[in-house]
Amino acid sequence: MEFNSVAEFLAMGHHGLYIWLSYGLTAVIIAFNVAQPLLRRRRLLKEQAQRLRREKKHAPQA
Amino acid sequence: MSDALCFGGGVKTQLIAVVVMWQWLKQLYHRLGSPKWFYEITTGWIPWLAVLSVVGTVVGLVMGLLYAPADYLQGNSFRIIYIHVPAALLAQSAFMMMAVAGAVYLIWRMKMAAWVAKVIAPVGASFCLIALLTGAIWGKPTWGTWWVWDARLTSMLLLLFLYFGVMALQQAMESEDSAYRAGAILSLVGLVNIPIIKYSVEWWNTLHQPATLKLTEKPSMHPDMLIPLLIMIVTTYVFFALLIILRTRNEILWHERKRSWVKQILES
Repeated sequence: MEFNSVAEFLAMGHHGLYIWLSYGLTAVIIAFNVAQPLLRRRRLLKEQAQRLRREKKHAPQA
Repeated sequence: MSDALCFGGGVKTQLIAVVVMWQWLKQLYHRLGSPKWFYEITTGWIPWLAVLSVVGTVVGLVMGLLYAPADYLQGNSFRIIYIHVPAALLAQSAFMMMAVAGAVYLIWRMKMAAWVAKVIAPVGASFCLIALLTGAIWGKPTWGTWWVWDARLTSMLLLLFLYFGVMALQQAMESEDSAYRAGAILSLVGLVNIPIIKYSVEWWNTLHQPATLKLTEKPSMHPDMLIPLLIMIVTTYVFFALLIILRTRNEILWHERKRSWVKQILES
């Protein structure tokens, strides 16, 4: 291992700010990209299931 | 196969091979063009792609952040490479895939291709943004500046604007068909920028360092630095596949919502 302590690891030899800022911003963008399709799928399934139920209710009874 | 050889000789065998291959290609084309087939086959892939993405990221980052030695010139700041280079490579590959999907839609009117092109755009733009942001942050301790208008940085910024342009066109028009076609045309025109990005560090005198990895040459990097980078690159492509599959499945659900097979999913 390259570092002897957690503090040394976080400091990254005076480059800590640059490294953790890079990794932090990337994590935010990645998290957004994961959440977006998952949330859209949930909303889509819910809305379309509702639409189906509504259409069935209003359909003429045979 | 051997029967055919004995029976009819070379020409007949070749003819059979051509017919078989043609049938196979036709089948592949029909399957790829079928939203239902794509939706069903990818259902089982999602957990595997997700696990591979997480494991690859953890392994790659532990190796890159904890075990790789510091660079003798740049110190620890070089560790930004493990997100910067994979993101930059993917941003360019994704643009090319988007253009190919757009071309397939323009030529054969395959709906699936249009949807794939549409979902690649925001993901590719995200990776392009990651490459630009991490590059700027890496530039500060290395070059003493966040940004310079040199050829590599400028052509990468142009890639981001091309992505934005394609996204705007894909959503701009009244009819979906003309929106997809306009987006496809801009992505094909934008392909010109890809070789410019690649060769910018050779054609012009730039601050940006030349390519770290070259397919034709032995890597100059130490294996302890190189292996985590390769892991991160492969993982980024796997993760990209996962994101594109998730988004394409949403497009399929939306566009096919009135089909009976989607109704069955909705009712379950």
